[in-house]
Amino acid sequence: MTYRIERATRASRIGLWLLLPILGALLSLPYWTGSADMRLVVEMAYFLALAQMWNLLAGYAGLVSVGQQAYIGLGGYALFALTILAGVPPLAALPLAGLAAALIALPTAFVVFRLRGAYFAIGTWVVAEVFRLVLAQVTALGGGTGMSLPIGIVRAVAESRDGRELVIYYTGIAIAIGAVALVFLLLRSRHGLALTAIRDAEGAAESLGVDNFRTKLWVYLVAAFGGGMIGALIFLQKIRISPDAAFSVGDWTANVIFIVVIGGIGRIEGPIVGTLVFFALRSLLADFGAWYMIILGAVAVVVMLKAPQGLWGLVAERFDLDFFPVRRRVRRLPEA
Amino acid sequence: MTGAIDTILQGTLLGGLYALFAAGLSLIFGVMRLVNIAHGDLIVLAAYTAFLAVQLTGIDPLSSLIIVVPVMFVIGYALQRGLLNATLGRGILPPLLVTFGLSIIIQNALLQGFSADSRKLLLGPFETASIPLGPDLAIGWFPLLIFATAVVVIAALQALLHRTRIGRAFRAVSDDPETARLYGVDHRHLFAMAMGVALAVVSFAGVFLAIRTNFDPAIGPARLLFAFEAVIIGGLGSLWGTLAGGVILGIAQTVGAKIDPAWQLLAGHIAFLLVLIFRPRGLFPRAVD
Repeated sequence: MTYRIERATRASRIGLWLLLPILGALLSLPYWTGSADMRLVVEMAYFLALAQMWNLLAGYAGLVSVGQQAYIGLGGYALFALTILAGVPPLAALPLAGLAAALIALPTAFVVFRLRGAYFAIGTWVVAEVFRLVLAQVTALGGGTGMSLPIGIVRAVAESRDGRELVIYYTGIAIAIGAVALVFLLLRSRHGLALTAIRDAEGAAESLGVDNFRTKLWVYLVAAFGGGMIGALIFLQKIRISPDAAFSVGDWTANVIFIVVIGGIGRIEGPIVGTLVFFALRSLLADFGAWYMIILGAVAVVVMLKAPQGLWGLVAERFDLDFFPVRRRVRRLPEA
Repeated sequence: MTGAIDTILQGTLLGGLYALFAAGLSLIFGVMRLVNIAHGDLIVLAAYTAFLAVQLTGIDPLSSLIIVVPVMFVIGYALQRGLLNATLGRGILPPLLVTFGLSIIIQNALLQGFSADSRKLLLGPFETASIPLGPDLAIGWFPLLIFATAVVVIAALQALLHRTRIGRAFRAVSDDPETARLYGVDHRHLFAMAMGVALAVVSFAGVFLAIRTNFDPAIGPARLLFAFEAVIIGGLGSLWGTLAGGVILGIAQTVGAKIDPAWQLLAGHIAFLLVLIFRPRGLFPRAVD
């Protein structure tokens, strides 16, 4: 009897063809819309990238952090420090900011990994607060009130305003696609197999030789790197940084958690669907002030209780759709 | 020398407030292994309930507890019975994410209802009255009242857990919910009672907070972190440990503030991280997570 191990699904083959027009629309967007739409798409791109990072942590590695704003803020500040104090070109500073965040995440992991489950969540939050309070003391980076990126560095991105918007637009798209691809490829690698094993049965995985600590540490560092790089992009677009904006729980954690939970935790499509729903709700409820967050929070609570697999999970289970296959399926071939 | 004694004294008294923040968190963790991320926002909700009671009836802030405690108890019972019970026994994600969502909902509902203006409850001369102990040393009556309340509340919770029928049921579901159910314990009702008691304790924390400092809808998460740090420093599951944890946190913050006002919060967080590094199970551990 012969078997074949398949990874591609029908949806993933169709998805490849869908990818082309979507990519075409995104890449040509600057030539048929204005800068307001471009800024909106960049914002969607970085929220999608952040959501992919958080989903990797919470949905696949079981590391439910409410402190990822630590690395977004550190990335933003690393951009300012590298460009202003070290004279690094802004675009080159983006990956370096990611590296800086991952470097700081390494010793941090050894402290917060002592806490489990929900305590880990709050512990990561304390760490983010520590970074916020420390950076508020650094006067060279604006102290508690923050600072703006000097005009010379802003010009180094591109001379004209339009040119800068174009550069930031394509960087944003690249980072979002990069984040999806990174998570997809990571999950298909042997590390992904280890992660799935840990998620399904931690003790059993360990007994089969999976090193839980190292696998989780890797994921934590990757998420910190991603968060740092995305944070640098966010504050390159905003041009202004302050400790409260850089380490905001509401902006970088609450929104991201809602996106992932509503879209579908533990699925790559989840953050994509969640980002679309999040921005649709935001434009619908823009005039309702605090009600917007109340409704968003309530939707997330209801989804968590009634459909913990998220909106995409409901669709995927109903129609057996899997655009990003990370599982292996064993199929028996007919006898020759 | 007097300066040092004064700092430690003020820090200890501040620790009483943190112990009140933390006692409810510690109790519900002990009974149902639930970590409530909305805990800090519930403290702020209690502060606003007191604010509303004072505004509507004109009673003084301390007497408003007669209204706030039962209101918060009912809110806690209903919250647990109607929402949080459904999150238990399904892994770590549901309780964590539902209470996180609840935290955002409470913050924004308070923002919608009371605006972002900061408020304060006024207690009159008692707020600043103090007992002189020496040339440069005095204990404020109000901080002393907070500390004494914390001691009484924790002693009362201990007595509740160890000397009453419902306390025995709390400990039974905590140790083994399945077996407790076999003996006729209704865990849903019991968990709701525990949350009610926790929010009754939170009422004291909220009212004292509102008298002591300005408050606004956004300050809840910071209170959650203080409560959490006190619980972890003291050791999971130990109520008296929580008081000790609160005192250590209070002293660390006061010492930090003495060096530089900007260092107050940072010093508290660093004390917490040091305990986590060197004594990961806290100073007086009891429960195993």
